[in-house]
Amino acid sequence: MKVTVDEEKCCGAGQCVLIAPEVFDQRDEDGIVVLLDAEPPADRHPAVQESADVCPAAAIRLSTRG
Amino acid sequence: MTTAPVRDSDPAEVPRFPDPRSAVCPFDPSPALRDLTRLGPVSRVRSWGESTPWVVTRHAEQKALLSDPRLSARFTHPNYPSPVDPRHAGGVRPDMSFVAMDDPDHARLRRMVSGVFTVRRIEAMRPVVQRIVDDFLDRMLAGPRPADLVTSFALPIPSLVISELLGVPYDDHEFFQVNSKTIVSTVATAEQRGQAHGRLSEYLDDLVGRKTAEPGDDLLSQLAARVTTDELTRSQAAAMGVLLLLGGHETTANMITLGTLLLLEHPEQLAAVRDSDDPAVVAGAVEELLRYLSIVHLGRRRTALEDIEIAGRTIRAGDGVILLGELANRDPDVFTSPDTFDITRDARHHQAFGAGTHHCVGQPLARMELQVVYPTLFRRIPTLRAATGTEKIPFKYDAVIYGVHELPVTW
Repeated sequence: MKVTVDEEKCCGAGQCVLIAPEVFDQRDEDGIVVLLDAEPPADRHPAVQESADVCPAAAIRLSTRG
Repeated sequence: MTTAPVRDSDPAEVPRFPDPRSAVCPFDPSPALRDLTRLGPVSRVRSWGESTPWVVTRHAEQKALLSDPRLSARFTHPNYPSPVDPRHAGGVRPDMSFVAMDDPDHARLRRMVSGVFTVRRIEAMRPVVQRIVDDFLDRMLAGPRPADLVTSFALPIPSLVISELLGVPYDDHEFFQVNSKTIVSTVATAEQRGQAHGRLSEYLDDLVGRKTAEPGDDLLSQLAARVTTDELTRSQAAAMGVLLLLGGHETTANMITLGTLLLLEHPEQLAAVRDSDDPAVVAGAVEELLRYLSIVHLGRRRTALEDIEIAGRTIRAGDGVILLGELANRDPDVFTSPDTFDITRDARHHQAFGAGTHHCVGQPLARMELQVVYPTLFRRIPTLRAATGTEKIPFKYDAVIYGVHELPVTW
């Protein structure tokens, strides 16, 4: 799984930080998403998928490598 | 109400919106509103005068449209679908700051305040909010019974929290609580709303000036510093202050009262919220309360900048679009048995805070406040009950932020 985030679309809601804190963080100055791990291990995929689903700005994109 | 598709060319067939509210069930969208869902996900309604904006009733289309930069949030478009009759609006429209802007202007201003609402900052505020909640409960418990839950608990808590965050002296709370209430009232005249907004703007403008001279550790001082460096004008800073002060009042306060009332009607779910040691149970309950109650009424309003094809319809450039979050949150395609209140469901996909670039900037604070409020209230006052029947409670059928005017409680 490859994760990309769109900083322009991000509204800083922080839902991804609550769901998958190993993968997502927020900038202190404006709350915009910081991607910590663009290729997270398999055990974190469900949380990352959930983060993408719940993101109110649809700012998280997931793709499968291959 | 017809179930046949509505043709754009046939205004007689187009239902009127908004319809007068119905008190059939105070926790549910009105029957007239629900009838709109039968017309399809995207359909025309007749609003003020001859205007026929689109209403969007389903979750998927609302999320897509709220994230679509071809819809503008500015109030100045000729066909902007105003929530109040524009023929009576008169005067100058109040400056609603970045709520009524599009990106990139919107993002530039919003990101000057969004840093105070990060997960980390809000978590750090949790003990402060807990102390504030306990203080107001101490006072309410020491006072007479019945007490009005709105004035003694639900309103002062978010009011004090947002005042501290902004750096607004809480001693002035009566002034900004009264004016906030007038601004979101639909029974107040346009003139009254305008005056209330003017008074708040003047007050914040003055405060920004004082923060420039004597900065404190608060958000208004940060905005005042940006005025000094010419990133903002003083009136822009004041308008952002008004916006956050307003947003921090009526919304959270009404969630506290309505949520309390709803939990009192579901004693077994109330017990789960009160007795659980698991923060996830409480957080889940708050999400379901936000979904089920959906207190932002009369729709999120936009204007199309380009033609948009959606759900088999073409929204033309210049058309008004009204997105009804309270219907998205009862969409059976997203929520199983949507009219059942169930704190164990996964309700996080709700649109109580909107979606897209204008998603509520203060929602992490609102969520945290509600997570503290409900369990604390029912733990500290296990015998809490409404001191009057639901049929006698004055619901706010006259406000864009739904709630109750007062809620007498006893214990």
